[in-house]
Amino acid sequence: MYTQAMDIPDDSGKKLAAVSNATSEQEAAFEARIDADGRIEPQDWMPEAYRKTLVRQISQHAHSEIVGMLPEGNWISRAPSLKRKAILIAKVQDEGGHGLYLYSAAETLGTSRDQMLEGLHSGKAKYSSIFNYPTLNWADVGVIGWLVDGAAIMNQVPLCRCSYGPYARAMVRVCKEESFHQRQGYEALLVMMKGTDEQRAMVQDAVNRYWWKCLAMFGPPDADSPHSAQGMRWGIKRISNDDLRQKFIDATVPQAKVLGVTLPDPDLKWNEARGHYDYGQIDWAEFWNTVEGNGPCNKERLATRVKAHNDGQWVRDAAQAYARKQKERALKEAA
Amino acid sequence: MNTPALKDWPLWEVFVRSKQGLEHKHCGSLHAADAAQALHMARDVYTRRQEGVSIWVVPSVAITASNPDDKGELFDPAADKIYRHPTFYEIPEEVGHM
Repeated sequence: MYTQAMDIPDDSGKKLAAVSNATSEQEAAFEARIDADGRIEPQDWMPEAYRKTLVRQISQHAHSEIVGMLPEGNWISRAPSLKRKAILIAKVQDEGGHGLYLYSAAETLGTSRDQMLEGLHSGKAKYSSIFNYPTLNWADVGVIGWLVDGAAIMNQVPLCRCSYGPYARAMVRVCKEESFHQRQGYEALLVMMKGTDEQRAMVQDAVNRYWWKCLAMFGPPDADSPHSAQGMRWGIKRISNDDLRQKFIDATVPQAKVLGVTLPDPDLKWNEARGHYDYGQIDWAEFWNTVEGNGPCNKERLATRVKAHNDGQWVRDAAQAYARKQKERALKEAA
Repeated sequence: MNTPALKDWPLWEVFVRSKQGLEHKHCGSLHAADAAQALHMARDVYTRRQEGVSIWVVPSVAITASNPDDKGELFDPAADKIYRHPTFYEIPEEVGHM
């Protein structure tokens, strides 16, 4: 499960307009509940900007789950053993499930599944840019589990305390399932590292290609995240992009050592004074370029997703025709 | 990409009994064409790790919910009736557990 950069505006995402449609009493009640670290439920009054921010964030999150099935799905038919294949199918199925939990949570805010899918399929809505990179060898599947899911877990654990109830509850469910994703990836890499030189080189190659992209998953530096402060104020975001990124790096360095790989950053070293690892410059130009749709796989991912949806249309139509027929039959029998 | 996705598939609320002897608990919602399909999908979406031994699906439109604006009216009157709780009553120590 994957989320990134919650403050990436969609193309359609205009500036959050603080149009007030509320009595000051409603607004005060909302603010008081937020201040008391209370939860907001679908039927409660909420500011339009809060609703919009959540719809954008939850739908981006859901889209990331769904598109995230594609790079790993590529490897289901080529998994090196039946065991790895079964594990990978289970993981990809989980990602689909996570997307469904999240779409449902977003729908409680008044958007529809149709609208969200239209946003994704037309390219208006964003999803995690990490999936716009190719999975070139089997080690990529392990690295996605270890690093990409690892980064996502860092992001998602604080979201279990999000102020919006349905989102927080969906995240609790997701996080419970997520730990398997990271562990299976790490373990698959451990097995490869015990193999041949060639296998070890594959793992290192995959780490080299994915490391910096995973750091970018946490979103732009705090100084360049204009929406972050508001998200923190509303209890939607609990920990800043830079703090989460640091937490991820600090947790990952020792894991890389056990695995026996090098993280591709010459500036990565322990800073005694800060009590954290220092790290090098992230290439934000590349990140934004990919977010804007120009990454190596953006077009392919979207095309695959749209084709799958269109190819499934007859199934949805048939299910509906069947349901209608059954209902008519029941009515006739009752008459 | 221009065809309607799930516009006409109604929303269902899913309740799962985690084990025999416990109540069904709300766990989420999903879209499905009919009740049988809703059950199938609920099994795949909400019970991939033996989370349940029984599932209920209910059309979301069939649920009537209380209005948050009525919260005070509905629930506040219970707040000052502390005599409804066992801890309101002082019982001599020697009586033991009661």
